[in-house]
Amino acid sequence: MSAISAPGPQAAPAASPRRRLLGWFARHRRLQLGTLLALPVGWLGVVYFGALILLLLSAFWVVDPVTGQIVRDWTLANFQKIITHPDPYLVIVARTVVIAALVTVSDAVIAFPIAYFMARVASRRTRNILAVAVLIPLWASYLVRVYSWRLILSQNGLLDWFFTQLGIPGVGDIFGYSDLSMTVVFVYLWLPYMILPIWAGLERIPDSFLEASADLGGRPLMTFRRVVLPLAMPALVAGSIFTFSLTLGDYIVPQLVSNTQFIGNVIFSQLGVAGDIPFAAAFAVIPIVIMGIYLYAASRVGAFEAL
Amino acid sequence: MKVRKAAAALATVAIVAGACSSGATTAPPTTGPSGTSGATASTGAGSPTASAVPLPTAIGPGEGALNLVIWPGYAENGSNQKDYDWVTPFEQQSGCKVTTKTADTSDDMYNLMVQGHGQWDGVSASGDASNRLIDAGEVAPINVDLIPDFKNISPFLQSPPHNTVNGVHYGVSLGWGANLLLYNKKAFPTQPLSWGSVFDTAQMDAYKGKVTAYQGPIYIADAALYLADKKPELGITDPYELTQDQFNAAVDLLKAQHPYVGKYWASYTDEIDNFENGTTTIGTGWQYQVNTINADKKVEVGSLIPTEGATGWADTWMLSAYAPHPNCMLAWMAWALKPDVQKQSAEYFGEAPANVAACPQLDTNPGPYGFKDFCTLFGATNESFYNHISFWKTPRADCGDSRGTTCVPYKDWVDAYTAILAG
Repeated sequence: MSAISAPGPQAAPAASPRRRLLGWFARHRRLQLGTLLALPVGWLGVVYFGALILLLLSAFWVVDPVTGQIVRDWTLANFQKIITHPDPYLVIVARTVVIAALVTVSDAVIAFPIAYFMARVASRRTRNILAVAVLIPLWASYLVRVYSWRLILSQNGLLDWFFTQLGIPGVGDIFGYSDLSMTVVFVYLWLPYMILPIWAGLERIPDSFLEASADLGGRPLMTFRRVVLPLAMPALVAGSIFTFSLTLGDYIVPQLVSNTQFIGNVIFSQLGVAGDIPFAAAFAVIPIVIMGIYLYAASRVGAFEAL
Repeated sequence: MKVRKAAAALATVAIVAGACSSGATTAPPTTGPSGTSGATASTGAGSPTASAVPLPTAIGPGEGALNLVIWPGYAENGSNQKDYDWVTPFEQQSGCKVTTKTADTSDDMYNLMVQGHGQWDGVSASGDASNRLIDAGEVAPINVDLIPDFKNISPFLQSPPHNTVNGVHYGVSLGWGANLLLYNKKAFPTQPLSWGSVFDTAQMDAYKGKVTAYQGPIYIADAALYLADKKPELGITDPYELTQDQFNAAVDLLKAQHPYVGKYWASYTDEIDNFENGTTTIGTGWQYQVNTINADKKVEVGSLIPTEGATGWADTWMLSAYAPHPNCMLAWMAWALKPDVQKQSAEYFGEAPANVAACPQLDTNPGPYGFKDFCTLFGATNESFYNHISFWKTPRADCGDSRGTTCVPYKDWVDAYTAILAG
């Protein structure tokens, strides 16, 4: 009852504690914002960065080979092991980076025409249909999509069957469990993450820019090269951050559709099979460094203005 | 004698099943085979348990639930094959609701147990995990007198080194088998007789890319076993106790094998898929895969133990030291060792049963996955055959013989296997 009568005009002189608190917040705008953001920012700070810092710290510890327990003595042994054994470790890093780069370039080449069509050519209706078509795969489980690709690419799979019908046998042997199959699956998986930023970036280019280019005698190809591409570059780089980092961190696709290992597989086996958390942490530093360099380069191109 | 025992045990099971169908929550062992269990349980002090804390001499009332970490196929409730159901009757009789978590590898199993204190009651650990679990204090000693069928376990499996340390039992053996050589009968009309068919590059040239290998560090032992026969000058006496030179030779062999391997398998379903879709035509596997593939009838596979012998597994039901439902777990151990349950699990999993009292039924009355003379073919009672298999155990620096601590520990096996897989 009192709660309802409180806001009444006669109750105004004797303000309730709740009202006084609200009033105090109203006078201190910045504190209001701070209280509101404390929880999400605190989560990000403590849980996310806390875990990251703990991970980086444990990279400098080692596991006692006899007991299997973590010894908290500062050492660079894990990093030394990576550098002095380039055969498995740096080879795996190189393979991961090369395939991530390949996937990124392929996605950009495929995504750009689609995004351009959606942004500048298609009618409103067609564009909506295309947008749904691009997003629909994201509704299905990641694992379902990977497994269905395995059915398509396996040695006696759908693709092999199709080409055998056409009189071209042996296509399944080219794919099968290979780096090629893995690249194809990655390109498919991350394509929406490339299309969406480019689409958004292209939509932001005013029509008048293209008209101005045409007025100045720029043919379509020249306009594309000198006007559209530079303006879309930040969006392209933003999309590439997704495709590159998602490929770099994946370990399920290599396990399911290839016969090789990625950085993530080594981390997984060091954690799950060997129980060597420090070495896994040290190895996890490598993709962090690679992404750090990549993000720095991306920010120089202005990618974050398009996000 | 054995037949009579089995028949008696079966009869009691039938009685128990009948008596308990009304939902009684008594644990089966307490009402199990009459006479002997009561007598031995009360004289539990005479058991070879040397631990300081006296072990329980009777199984208390069940706690209503049982959470197990298992190899796939060790706790069937009829949902995969309606003829194989030994979980449902256990639940009805004991009142312990069974939940299971299947593990793909021994390492997986070990980590689940270590990271899941208070979550898991028991585990069906192989020899390469069981000693690690014992060393780490993850599993508790048990009083084998609580398992009425313990006396019917093959003599060589009653106190094997992988589950009995200094006379203390850390569980009961449930079954064992070999890592077989599997081959597609169409691709290999003549049976390959040697592991050379998956290690000798000259032979493999004919079917490059069609070979499969186990994706676990313990597979290095398979290479070592082959080398023990092929290169006697290395002096390999035990494929799990390798000096650095022996170890390097095995790793080099696997590196040479790598280009010929189309796909390594870690999960048994992967291997089944790959045999069925033609990716794989030859490689190491378990009887379970053979049964499943041949039942699917897409391809036909044969299996054998090659002339060099084979690695294998011997599994133990172990009680977690942090079990939330220890009585249910002890009741499960007693249940799992009963002859009729052993018959089902041995047929379903494709392994030799630990309890040889299951053999008369296995030999003469096969279920859908069984066949005549099951125990003879699996060598269930054959000690020399058992001794011919090199059972999985955790490699340690201590070779366990005069060589002292010059052997390569498991940690290095993991690193070496990463390097092999990286190609």
